[in-house]
Amino acid sequence: MFQYFIKRLAGIIPILMIVSIFIFLFVHMIPGDPARLVAGQDATQQDVESVRKQLELDKPLHQQYLSFVTNMIHGDFGHSLKTKRPVIEEIQSRFMPTFWLSVWSMVWAVLFGLLIGVVSASKRNKWQDYAGMFGAVAGISLPSFWMGLMLIQLFSVKLGWFPTGGLDSWKSYVLPSLTLGAGVAAVIARFTRSSLMDILKEDYIRTGRAKGLHERKVVWDHGLKNALIPVVTMTGLQFGFLLGGSIVIETVFGWPGLGRLLVDSVSFRDYPVIQSLMLLFALEFIIINLIVDLLYGVMNPQIRYE
Amino acid sequence: MVQANLAHQPKDKTELARPQPVQVKARTPLSEFWRKFKKQKMALVAGSFVLALMLIALVGPYIAPYSSKEFDYESILAGPSLHHWMGTDAYGRDIFSRVLEGTRISLFVGLFSVLFGALGGTILGIIAGFYGKWIDSVIMRICDVLFAFPGILLAIGIIAILGPGLSNVIIAVSIFSVPIFARIVRSSTLSVKATLYVEATKSLGAKNSRLIWKHIFPGTVSSIIVYFTMRIGTSILTAASLSFLGLGAQPPTPEWGAMLSSGRDYLNTAPHVVFYPGMAIFVTVLAFNLLGDGLRDALDPKIKD
Repeated sequence: MFQYFIKRLAGIIPILMIVSIFIFLFVHMIPGDPARLVAGQDATQQDVESVRKQLELDKPLHQQYLSFVTNMIHGDFGHSLKTKRPVIEEIQSRFMPTFWLSVWSMVWAVLFGLLIGVVSASKRNKWQDYAGMFGAVAGISLPSFWMGLMLIQLFSVKLGWFPTGGLDSWKSYVLPSLTLGAGVAAVIARFTRSSLMDILKEDYIRTGRAKGLHERKVVWDHGLKNALIPVVTMTGLQFGFLLGGSIVIETVFGWPGLGRLLVDSVSFRDYPVIQSLMLLFALEFIIINLIVDLLYGVMNPQIRYE
Repeated sequence: MVQANLAHQPKDKTELARPQPVQVKARTPLSEFWRKFKKQKMALVAGSFVLALMLIALVGPYIAPYSSKEFDYESILAGPSLHHWMGTDAYGRDIFSRVLEGTRISLFVGLFSVLFGALGGTILGIIAGFYGKWIDSVIMRICDVLFAFPGILLAIGIIAILGPGLSNVIIAVSIFSVPIFARIVRSSTLSVKATLYVEATKSLGAKNSRLIWKHIFPGTVSSIIVYFTMRIGTSILTAASLSFLGLGAQPPTPEWGAMLSSGRDYLNTAPHVVFYPGMAIFVTVLAFNLLGDGLRDALDPKIKD
């Protein structure tokens, strides 16, 4: 088990390195002189040179990369071009809202996804199955920003149950998390269905039925427990996609999170913030994948010995 | 020996009768596919809808009742009526006509971004799977890195470099489709490469280029088709999201995501401005996804009827 952990952990080091190079080169990939871009179109030549010095763009590439990595490790992400504040401060205050939004979306997604998946699998080829699976494809096809706006129109504007945006109380979480969770719920539902259908063909399920167990007990206790292993993996991976989805949803709901910060930064061409956020999102995604991998190893002993 | 001879002894007269020629209809892969595909009513409906969309994309601007740029200040933000089926927007432009014109943009973006992504991914996937060794590791590690970014984040990063605009959206969406196709094509290349007929062709002295073009590539086509269809839906959705965020098509282009974005301010007073473009995105993506599901079920040899 320990060996498996170490192997997985070692596996992400090269990926982390390439990702950091990729993000480091980001500013250099922008067409034109990066120092000029950062300083702005109206800046004097002197300003441009001082920016070049400040961003160490005058040094050789490998030295730039080394100081980029060292600074990042020390938590120094540079300063925002827009607010002039350290990027780390900008990110800190916005991290938790995005984190809790993702967690609540996941709670909805797992709840609805599992329920729809199990009902569809146990009522295979009946109307419940068709309805559930059509709902799941629809969930994947829904433009989340449109769904968000429609929910605002219905529940905030017409009924006045929830706020139209921002983050004030627990009520603010309901609509954005439902919107963000819908797509993931759909993926979990499809996956649970196919996984559970495979399990329900097994001999021990037939044995359970033959010895007169209640169908509900067979499906939920014996079936789902074994069908869950691939579903957990899938769910973990979806957590990373929630991060991506939050970019759009936060803009719709005026959410004070990382996603909106990213969109605002792209519109403002605030490269230090974009760079840091790209790294943060990628890092989170890699860490989540690692946790999922490790969890899979814990749950499924076959994997470890391969 | 004796047993074998006995086995050929006729047991009764009926066996001596000349066997009747049995009419067996040859099943080509195409007819086999069609036989399975036409059983799926939902996918058939979705497929017809996709065909209709393509037709609209071709003739949309000619059949639209109004021009997408036609301002009518007399009827600003008017609700759906007989004159304006989907109402009008903040400039009095007919939303139905704009949705019709937007079909061409969305399908164009979806089709071409996936086409470029599939092309790049297929080439990389075949090279990685066929040649293996270090070239495989390098290609797959690059894919891993691209996978380290959630799709839309990568697209936003690319747009941050290239600047907003529809053509840059196509480039961004193509790039994030590449690793997905590379991975799928690599795994089907590996399984095709291991088959006996490829082994046989190889031992007959066929060149690598012949092996790849005549044997490996055709073996990967069915998985490419399935993912191609499914990715079109995702790409249309991503492109619309980017336009909604103000990073893709810019107003006054009648792109559905951009229309939705500019309609947001009137959500309280005129929700139809947001409703119809969003509905257009939804049903289009839904149709491609349902068609993709149907194609997968019809093309996947593991799924028996």
